[in-house]
Amino acid sequence: MSDVALARGGVDRARLLAWLRDYGVYAAIVLLVAIATILNPGFLSGSNLRVQAFQLVPTLLVSLGMAMVIATEGVDLSVGAVIALAASLVPLYLGYNAYIAIAVCLVGGVVAGAISGLMVAVAKVQPIVATLALMIGLRGVAVIFNGNQAKPVADPTFNAIGIDSVGGIPIMLIVAIVAVLIVLFVMRRSTFGRQLVAVGDNRAASTLAGLPVRRVLLTVYIVSGVLAALAGVLLVGHGAEADPANQGLNIELSAITAVVVGGTPLTGGRIRVLGTVAGAVFMQLLSATLIQHNVRNSFAQMAEAVIICLAVYAARDRSGR
Amino acid sequence: MSTTSLTTANPESPSPPPVFLPSRRDRILGRVQNQGAIAVLVLVVVIASIVSPGFASGANVLSILVGNAYPALLALGMTFVIISGGIDLSVGSVFALGGVLASYGSLHGGFIVALLLPIAVCGLIGLAQGLMVARAGMAPFIVTLAGMLFARGLLQAISNEGQNTYQVPDSSIFNKLGQGSWPPIITVAVFFVLGGILLARSRFGHNLFAVGGNENAATLMGVAVARTKIWVYVLSATLAGLAGLLNASRLGSGVTAIGVGYELTAIAVTVIGGTLLSGGAGSVIGTTAGVLLLAVIQNLIGQYISQYGSSASMAVNGAFLAVVVLLQTYLSRARRIT
Repeated sequence: MSDVALARGGVDRARLLAWLRDYGVYAAIVLLVAIATILNPGFLSGSNLRVQAFQLVPTLLVSLGMAMVIATEGVDLSVGAVIALAASLVPLYLGYNAYIAIAVCLVGGVVAGAISGLMVAVAKVQPIVATLALMIGLRGVAVIFNGNQAKPVADPTFNAIGIDSVGGIPIMLIVAIVAVLIVLFVMRRSTFGRQLVAVGDNRAASTLAGLPVRRVLLTVYIVSGVLAALAGVLLVGHGAEADPANQGLNIELSAITAVVVGGTPLTGGRIRVLGTVAGAVFMQLLSATLIQHNVRNSFAQMAEAVIICLAVYAARDRSGR
Repeated sequence: MSTTSLTTANPESPSPPPVFLPSRRDRILGRVQNQGAIAVLVLVVVIASIVSPGFASGANVLSILVGNAYPALLALGMTFVIISGGIDLSVGSVFALGGVLASYGSLHGGFIVALLLPIAVCGLIGLAQGLMVARAGMAPFIVTLAGMLFARGLLQAISNEGQNTYQVPDSSIFNKLGQGSWPPIITVAVFFVLGGILLARSRFGHNLFAVGGNENAATLMGVAVARTKIWVYVLSATLAGLAGLLNASRLGSGVTAIGVGYELTAIAVTVIGGTLLSGGAGSVIGTTAGVLLLAVIQNLIGQYISQYGSSASMAVNGAFLAVVVLLQTYLSRARRIT
């Protein structure tokens, strides 16, 4: 806005707004935790935090992939269906060995990601439509594989991944932390990360600059598919059942919300990995707090909508136009 | 303009550049791409009529048209939004909200309330979304995603967390509004014609194409960009509320669990109809063809595939969507290169 007109106060205000844009999510988390702890002193107890972590991890993994896709100016609506696909593959291959089942799930994620990636990168279909087709079709395929009923998964390895802890930290959370660190490293330190952001910023310029645009786009969608499949494996392990008709339903919306609340613009060319983590944490803690205090589901949903709008308003890009 | 100046400015070719008349192949390709959905629709209908004897019967055609009449209004609104360069994910929830508000209104206030309440509330939701997109510069995708949550939450709040299904009283005139087979089809057809005129022949429509094509250029030309965009979201939400209202009148109750995923179908249908998601191009005729195409395909799926379960229908539906979109993209690219 007009820094000139507001003179000295304007500079402070602009700086405040910029700060809010970059660190608003973290401030919001601190505020939320403070309020939740005052209302309910047990909020920061180990058992509650464990519950929150278990619910957070699948969304967080999907959000990481989503952030990378959004940074290329795309969107991946198929992640929920990929989770369903992974869930449907588990009972089919569990007979061999838990590790083979996990490997097959991840391969399923690669294949699904490759299909949407090829449609976006090579056939140049709009990402939202390409992944929408997969979102509709893949869940159907998954339910065909598995049948409409949820199947129990009573495999010790799978359940251990979903429930057990190492040194007090749930294995699921460790998996998520490793994934965050890898994505962080790739985005900040690798050529691929730079190429990804460049493609999202200006695809034509990236092509002219000789970047492997197609390969970057294809890889991004495959990574998103693999992360979603991993989330599916963890969901099956944690719930001890494979339920492709319901698992991962609407997770694409939570993931997009987490990414945007975390400060990654939907217009591409920028990514905030830690912001995405914070966005996912914030949305999880927010809904948990509202549910714990018996706020009616309908009002919780409306509050969520208003908070998303406020967060995006604070995070919107003020440069230009 | 830019292409001619580029070719004439080329110093290595002093002779006037040869004029390329579009070859017959290009013209046909162009035609097919512009009217791709219509071409595919004709093709599918012809094949279906030959293969399946019951397909072209009057009863079946009528059931295809009636079954998809009201949700088609969502696609009409979506066409406007997408041409403006935006997207509206809230329409499915707003559709359901409109139905619940209409039946609630008919129960507690009567016919006039049943008509005005949903239109007013849904219009206000559209206005709020439009203001956030146009004035606050927030991304349409996320604004309308929040709108989708909000409308669904409001619906749940009115209907006691979705447990109350308000029945329209049998005596109410509101009940008569959407009955029969022809009234819904004619109502929706009238809206599509009006929408087509608004888009292709009105000042608003021209402004809309300018805004969607190049927002900065439209601003410099003096188009009221923000106002145009706000109206687009108001229009889309009002149409969605109206569709929900009519649907509730047809069903005789405000079903709360309705409308989930309708926004995605509306987007898919609009895109199949040739409207570009990047904005600035599209037509109501294309969207009409897209709506009919999807309806026909779903009718065929219902006839042949649904015996294998709803999951098989979903899989075929997704595959079909992918094929059509790939075909469309291929056709449009073939034209652009040649």
